[in-house]
Amino acid sequence: MSAIGSDGALVLEPPPADVPPNRLRPRIGRLVLPVYTWLVIAYTIVPIVVMIVYSFNQAPAGKATFHWEGFTTQWYSQVFDISDLTVALEHSLEVACISTLIAVLIGTPLAMALARHRFWGRTLTGAVIFTDIAAPSVVVGASLLSLFITLNVDRGLVTIIIAHVAFNVAFVVVVVRARIVGLDRSIEKAAADLGAGPWTAFQKIVLPLILPGIIAAGLLAFAMSIDDFIITSFVAGQTLTFPLWVYGAVKVGIPPQVFVMGTLIFVVGVLLALVNVFLQRRTVA
Amino acid sequence: MTLRERIAPYLLSLPTWLWLGLFFVVPMVTVLSVSLQTGNPDTGYALTWHFSEFWSVLKQYHVELLRSFEYGAISTLAAFVISYPMAYWIAFHGGRHKSTYLFIILLPFFVSFVIRTLSWQFILSDDGIVLGTLKNIGIVPRSTHVLSTPFAVIAGLTYNVLPFMILPLYVAIEKIDRSVIRAAHDLYAGSATAFMRVILPLSSAGIFAGFLLVFVTNVGDYVNAAILGGPGTTMIGNVIQTSYLENLDYPTASALSSILMAIMLFIIWLYARTFGTSAVEEALA
Repeated sequence: MSAIGSDGALVLEPPPADVPPNRLRPRIGRLVLPVYTWLVIAYTIVPIVVMIVYSFNQAPAGKATFHWEGFTTQWYSQVFDISDLTVALEHSLEVACISTLIAVLIGTPLAMALARHRFWGRTLTGAVIFTDIAAPSVVVGASLLSLFITLNVDRGLVTIIIAHVAFNVAFVVVVVRARIVGLDRSIEKAAADLGAGPWTAFQKIVLPLILPGIIAAGLLAFAMSIDDFIITSFVAGQTLTFPLWVYGAVKVGIPPQVFVMGTLIFVVGVLLALVNVFLQRRTVA
Repeated sequence: MTLRERIAPYLLSLPTWLWLGLFFVVPMVTVLSVSLQTGNPDTGYALTWHFSEFWSVLKQYHVELLRSFEYGAISTLAAFVISYPMAYWIAFHGGRHKSTYLFIILLPFFVSFVIRTLSWQFILSDDGIVLGTLKNIGIVPRSTHVLSTPFAVIAGLTYNVLPFMILPLYVAIEKIDRSVIRAAHDLYAGSATAFMRVILPLSSAGIFAGFLLVFVTNVGDYVNAAILGGPGTTMIGNVIQTSYLENLDYPTASALSSILMAIMLFIIWLYARTFGTSAVEEALA
């Protein structure tokens, strides 16, 4: 009995003839594990389905209820009717755009330095980037807040953007660096041999090749920024972003518009990711 | 090497270094210094090297601190147990659809973290889809509650970090050389033996990377406890958040976040020293 997957990929060769055939293994590979995988996938998707379903639920009092009251598209036409929720969403988009742009602009050069140069402090830089990724949000947020309090800085959009770049940039560095490391060095050497200075070589040769990586890094940074709640909650002051607004509304009741916005963000995010996958495939081919 | 080549890496890393230095490293020092200050919001604070704050907050909040580690550990283990068979199946039997499966697993990332948690509140509520139905059928007694229990909080924590566990596991299992497994079978290892003594150890890099990401995230979380939990499930993140933002009790808040920061930095340092940082970074890139 060989364990050939349904797609034809050879996974395990049959055991030697003198070993009793193991009846369990192929069955686990063919039936139990796929069913299990789909169950976990269902479990992952349930909250998304709940969000989408409740965005179509009637809510007589303007608050989403656990009960199913009937289908309506009313909330889609009234999605921007709650002005402070709309403002919060705008804040989120603004913060995500600006912080992603800054993170990409300052993170890409560092990724270049880490991938292509040996320098004093390289190990330390790598350690700081890693710590930035692994550090718990509560600690990052609380630390930044204590700095802003000590310096007497007013909290608002600017401090939110500062905080978002501080955690986004590490993801940009890691993703872009992986791209540059995967790049054949001889291409840059050839450019230099043909008389290109470092900047020309970067601009004309390296940048176009790592651009898909930069776009992927930017999308990741954007997604992390628009989703962040914990760090933002510490540095936002009176300013509200979309997740902060939703969290604040939990105790008084969630208007269905929240689920509509969540659904729209989800759809746009999935579409962008699919476009990105398509772009990455095309450049690899 | 010309002077220009020699200073290039420093110039390339300067912007990110400035940003992370000012808004990531310095704040962590500040939070420590604030925790050594005494005073109140009206009269201001002075650095008095007031170490006793640490003892008093530990005495007051050790229950929440321990509970955070307990919830963090249980949810990490649960996420591992749920994720491993799935990552294994996708890596070995996913065939052409590997990236499709991974994409589906990442779908929750496109839904705001707060909304995802809120969806679980809807799902787990007393008369929600799951409990309401089960109660109507009569499988569970009318008086059953899930919300506000430790179970709800740990379930939420587990759910929210699943992608962070599956990705590093998948990357590590995918990299295992199939011929090594074949060799194990040739040497008369049964499936269970081959799994326990070859596959599992060879994927340990991914296991530890997943453990680190998930454990650190969940110990510091306060959103799940706030939305799905009750008075008996307060975690250390909730205490830090309330003391900073609601009670304006900065010394308590910063002493607690210093303690959490010290423990977490130690865990991150220990991890990076023992296993290196590549497994975590590969999973992200």
